[in-house]
Amino acid sequence: MSDKTYTREDFTNSTEVRWCPGCGDYAILMALQRLLPELGLPPENHVFVSGIGCAGRLPYYMNTYGFHTIHGRATAVATGLKAMRDDLTVWVITGDGDALSIGGNHLIHCLRRNVNVNILLFNNQVYGLTKGQFSPTSQKGQITKTSPQGVSNEPLNPLQLALAAGASFVARAVDKDPTQLMAVLKKAYEHKGCSFVEIYQDCNIFNHGAFDEFALKANRAEQTVMLEEGKPLVFGATRQKVINQDGDCLSVADYQEGNEAGYRHDPTSFMSAMRLARARYPQLPVPLGVYYQETRENFVLNKPIVKTLEDVEKLMRAKAFWQQD
Amino acid sequence: MSTTDAIVIRITGDSGDGVQILGEQLTITAAVTGRDVRTWPDFPAEIRAPAGTVAGVSGFQLAMAEEALFTAGETLNVLVALNPAALKNSLEQLTPGGLLVINEDSFQDKDWQKAGLDSSFLSNVAEHYQVIKLPLISLTLQAVESLAMNHAHAKKAKNFYILGLVLWLFDLPTEHCLAFIEQKFKNKSDVMAANKLTLLAGYNYAMTLELSRQPFMMSQVNREGGDYRQVTGVEAVAMALATLAVGTGTRMFVSGYPITPSSAILHECAKLADYGVQLLQAEDEIAAICACLGASYGGCLALTCTSGPGLDLKSESLGLAVMTELPLVLIDVQRAGASTGLPTKTGQSDLRQAFYGRHGEAPLPVIAAKSPADCFNTLIEAFTIATKYMTPVIVLMDAFLAIAAEPWKLPALDAVTLPDLHKNRFPKPFQRDENLSRSWNIPGTPEFIHQIGGLEKQGDSGRVSYDSANHQAMVKLRAAKINGISRDYAPLVIEGDANARVLLIGWGSTWGSLRAAVHQCEQDGLPIALVQLRQLNPLPDDLAALLSTYDTILVAELNSGQLCQIIRANYLVDARSITQCDGQSFTVSSLVNTIKMECHYERQDVHA
Repeated sequence: MSDKTYTREDFTNSTEVRWCPGCGDYAILMALQRLLPELGLPPENHVFVSGIGCAGRLPYYMNTYGFHTIHGRATAVATGLKAMRDDLTVWVITGDGDALSIGGNHLIHCLRRNVNVNILLFNNQVYGLTKGQFSPTSQKGQITKTSPQGVSNEPLNPLQLALAAGASFVARAVDKDPTQLMAVLKKAYEHKGCSFVEIYQDCNIFNHGAFDEFALKANRAEQTVMLEEGKPLVFGATRQKVINQDGDCLSVADYQEGNEAGYRHDPTSFMSAMRLARARYPQLPVPLGVYYQETRENFVLNKPIVKTLEDVEKLMRAKAFWQQD
Repeated sequence: MSTTDAIVIRITGDSGDGVQILGEQLTITAAVTGRDVRTWPDFPAEIRAPAGTVAGVSGFQLAMAEEALFTAGETLNVLVALNPAALKNSLEQLTPGGLLVINEDSFQDKDWQKAGLDSSFLSNVAEHYQVIKLPLISLTLQAVESLAMNHAHAKKAKNFYILGLVLWLFDLPTEHCLAFIEQKFKNKSDVMAANKLTLLAGYNYAMTLELSRQPFMMSQVNREGGDYRQVTGVEAVAMALATLAVGTGTRMFVSGYPITPSSAILHECAKLADYGVQLLQAEDEIAAICACLGASYGGCLALTCTSGPGLDLKSESLGLAVMTELPLVLIDVQRAGASTGLPTKTGQSDLRQAFYGRHGEAPLPVIAAKSPADCFNTLIEAFTIATKYMTPVIVLMDAFLAIAAEPWKLPALDAVTLPDLHKNRFPKPFQRDENLSRSWNIPGTPEFIHQIGGLEKQGDSGRVSYDSANHQAMVKLRAAKINGISRDYAPLVIEGDANARVLLIGWGSTWGSLRAAVHQCEQDGLPIALVQLRQLNPLPDDLAALLSTYDTILVAELNSGQLCQIIRANYLVDARSITQCDGQSFTVSSLVNTIKMECHYERQDVHA
């Protein structure tokens, strides 16, 4: 970490931002540009790697190194970069189509290898750049250009997938709450290992308001619950309700301040994280924050070159060797 | 007593018979004692096919000669068949009068049945060959009698009995193989003793029997003095990667997905971490090349390797490498296709895909190694081009080149010219030098911050651009950059008779067969000039002038005429195609016949 202090301007460039006015991507971009100065690293130490989709444009708008790759492959590109250049901080910017459809294979292997990158999945439950087809996270019944009768398949649950793939850090945030988003992103950065953050992001053109029922500021208190380590899962305008775990079931109960009897959030518990990931809205409020976190070995290829050219000459002679007079 | 030009032996049996190790030791002994050698292992396609069946046959072929050799041979002087299935597979290739050694113990009725034959298969043809039937198991057990080993254990030494026998047959010393056994089994003294005793017993048996070995005795080849080793194409690749990483002080990232036959490159790279070669076995072919692009963006050398279907999967990522102008080397170990095709068989049918197999205008350099040892030079050249011109490079190898072996005069590494890696040359990433190559600007460097991607770009800073005139200019620029690479090529080498009226053009691994065919044609009174191309895209600048000086141009390749078509299109010459797509290398005799036919050549009396 350098002594210099950085400002938002250090991470902003002059490239014109070309997302649709009102897109949730703006809020995420801004959260990153506010967070990165706080992290204390110079801009050149950050690399943003993205795939294809609206989210994929984000690296062009950051004054950091950036690689806008091809559809679904950002996690694979980032794996090679981070494995060989552990000195860099690598962010993967991806979307629901990019990460979960065409790039699903790379995502699960990036997670299980525990490559020390931060994967930010912008989930707007629709294909935006290709102008409005359903995505693997589109909700059953969702009307899109390719599902005029409504989507007929069950959506994929990104958090369940990440947990099952062996992710060592799994969290969720919403674009409409920049403070909480920044806090989650900071924890993702601080986590030594592969961090997976699902960000509910509003596509105001093709799936506008998909998350408003819980993501809008006015609704958040009643319809979301903040996951805080060691604390009960309390929510409601007057903190009057709590989520409890009864065996494998989650249930809502009344809460009184000081009542210590119920479940307390334990991000080291895989089973609790899985139960929370399976919580269905609107039966239960949407959990936001860190679902799961564990420390395990990262994937790096950081062996230095220890041999010399004389060693290589010896290696060449180690097998099937002879000298001719 | 006369010596002979080249003798070819094939030892063949079940996958579990230890044929490959036997062949390797025989080869090294032959090479160490001054013979020229070419080898060709023939693995079964199935990993554990039932013992004794045709599908499970594993063979090893060795050609040795006192003169320079070009191929591993196509007709056999000696065939060692350890079971009927092995015999069935190879008997056709044994020259009439050739020596056939069989293991009597595994030629029982049940063994014939497994091969779908009966014993009349051999009795009907035995008179054409010199047949030696050995009760190999009983002879092996006899040899190790003094060691009091259990039989199951002792039987395993039987391949060394064959090795001993063949050593005597070819007038080769036993010392090298004995030393190998001592080294290999130094921690298993009983196995070591059993193998040594068995080897000597086989050697003495042959001596006692006084097998007719006259045709097989050879003097020594005139090889330039120096350090040599027997090397396969895959081993030469690995040595090049270690040389590149250590020599440039830049770590090498290698990523691939297991696929036959290119996986062998991954196996070799897995041993080279101390030499700066870091291996990632990726989750799929696409991840492998994409991870390479990430490493390359990070300033590392990067190699991905694949075969057949894997090249299809990498196409999109190659386009990204072209567009972002990142250095990357892709080795395609070609195999017979289409689709899964013949995974273990060889071919050169990916040439067109290497040239054109990407959407949009996405030119990239394509080079090919012409022999196993040449894979070393080819990889150094590939990385030199990739880094000097900031481009992906495709290296075409093939299944034959990967596992065929030849003697390699080891280079002095301080004399090998390695790529000159200049990073962060210009502050703007797409500012170009006189060769149109951009600056390799590396993350972590202050003042060099930039973003790259697959979108079209404009100007030195590489800003995204949708401008139509700019796209036209960029298409031309990327093509001109690649076309300019030929300025660095060494002049073409003409082998055979440069003054001939016929020019034979080949590329890649067919070099050995083509040289042998040209040599044969010359002896028959038909002079031929041979050019073996190593650089395919762009083609060498001096090729055009060369083509204009010959009346007849023949292009021989293991596909349906892909290079020939490119040459015809590029140079408007009436080049004719010699093609073969049977999964095998060219046979010299068929090449010679085809060349003669194409040249309307009728045998002349050379003594007239």
